[in-house]
Amino acid sequence: MDFETVIGLEVHVQLKTASKIFCSCSTAFGAGPNAHTCPVCLALPGSLPVLNKKAAEMAAKAVLATNCTLNRESRFDRKNYFYPDLPKAYQISQFAMPIGEHGWLDIEVEGRPEKKRIGITRIHMEEDAGKSSHDPFRPVSLVDLNRAGTPLIEVVSEPDMSSPAEAVAYLRQLHAIVRYLDVCDGNMEEGSFRCDANVSLRPKGETKLGTRTELKNLNSFRYIEKAIHYEIKRQESILRSGGKIIQETRLWDSVKNQSFSMRSKEEAHDYRYFPDPDLVPLVLDEDWIEELKKNLPELPEIRKARFMESLGLKGDDAATLTASRELADYFEACLEKCSNVRRCTSWVAVHLLGLLNARGLSIEKTPVSAKALGELLQLLEKGDINDKIAREVFEDMAKSGRPAEVIIREKGLSQVSDSSELEAAVQKVLEENPAEVEAYKGGKTKLMSFFMGKVMKATRGQANPKVVTELLQRMLG
Amino acid sequence: MHVAGLARLHMDEGDVERMATQLGTILAYVDTLKEVDTEGVAPMSHAVHLVNAMREDTVGEHLGVDIGLSGTEEKEDGHFLVPKIVG
Repeated sequence: MDFETVIGLEVHVQLKTASKIFCSCSTAFGAGPNAHTCPVCLALPGSLPVLNKKAAEMAAKAVLATNCTLNRESRFDRKNYFYPDLPKAYQISQFAMPIGEHGWLDIEVEGRPEKKRIGITRIHMEEDAGKSSHDPFRPVSLVDLNRAGTPLIEVVSEPDMSSPAEAVAYLRQLHAIVRYLDVCDGNMEEGSFRCDANVSLRPKGETKLGTRTELKNLNSFRYIEKAIHYEIKRQESILRSGGKIIQETRLWDSVKNQSFSMRSKEEAHDYRYFPDPDLVPLVLDEDWIEELKKNLPELPEIRKARFMESLGLKGDDAATLTASRELADYFEACLEKCSNVRRCTSWVAVHLLGLLNARGLSIEKTPVSAKALGELLQLLEKGDINDKIAREVFEDMAKSGRPAEVIIREKGLSQVSDSSELEAAVQKVLEENPAEVEAYKGGKTKLMSFFMGKVMKATRGQANPKVVTELLQRMLG
Repeated sequence: MHVAGLARLHMDEGDVERMATQLGTILAYVDTLKEVDTEGVAPMSHAVHLVNAMREDTVGEHLGVDIGLSGTEEKEDGHFLVPKIVG
């Protein structure tokens, strides 16, 4: 029997506000334990939550950018459960009336010509819980409530994905969107973008969903892919041997490359939601919505299409260059200096990204600014330097941070295009290699590149290859 | 017993019987509300007609870890100390 996989994803996106969702405590990462707390997020009696306007706006933007219906009125509910990192014994969330519903993303999966539409069930706002660490030797846990009250949106997809690759494609797109919107820093390791995956199998052709398991602790795209893959294999082997899948939560262990069952939270599914009387409804009027719509940036899919249509980029290049808003901005800033699209594309997509990868840097921390690279490419375009020298100058720029022009002047790297100067070099090469000259004249025209190499070596790579070719053809002819 | 469990309440058999009767009365009372015709009336969550009570996104003062933890004896290195939750 063949099985098909059904995957639904729940993504928690941490909103990039300065303060928490219901109090004015800082959301900055890395402070000492419980340093960023106040009566509201410590749940001291008598304290009252007040909604952060910016968090509401960021959530609304995410709703608009994912083709969801933006609900004019949404409300906050209490989700009740007992856990020490949740000091109120309930989490403020949105249940009956979330801020957004019924959206979708169209994803591209390698090797398939058409896009696939993945439904988004809902997007709701909620507060994050604190962090507990468990003592390995004593029967105690340590609780830090700095993260309690950090604003989140939870994006719940329909169970529309049928492979790990589709799940990752969906996540990458959602990740790019929230980064473009500037509502989330997208840092998966610090937990700003967290994903839980619901995975189940069913016999091919069956319409009823099988029993699912929920995978947690997936903090990189690579782990998500691996964990889902592992889960599919695990469920398949259970089903094939006639076993039953137990509905449970499983944690991914990225060191052992396997998942293990997490003891399920007691009565985890009886949350007894009810409207939070402390928080009044959020109502978005038309003016406010118009304002938000007006300020939406060009989204990754649209920018990618524009790069392909108006700049003539190939799909792969356009995808690479629009993967983050900063990189796309960088590319466009580069184009302002050097209008050769192909040149800018290969330099940004190959050389710049190669440099950043090698150094483990993000585009925001690039040692070579877009303007500086653009200037280098301008010099290359004008023929002042050749490609090989440009690469050398680029490496120097990355190390020293100096502009291309200064490096070229200081190191005397300007391309030699003066034919009288080059003629002497070509003459010398021909004199030193009489046998090859003879062979060339006898028809071995492939030796042209041999001579070219010798001239380049003699001129330390500074010769203008076009001029050298002309000289060689003339002097050998 | 399920409801008591969710609320972390300890009850013996006698309590259960008494509570069951009382809860039954409460539920029956709530049922009388069902007699009201609510056709076309949107569900309300608040008694006041107030919306959009919001604050600007600015960082204010923190309580500080010393005051924040002053209400408990169970603390260590700036953390609240609780019985272990995960095995």
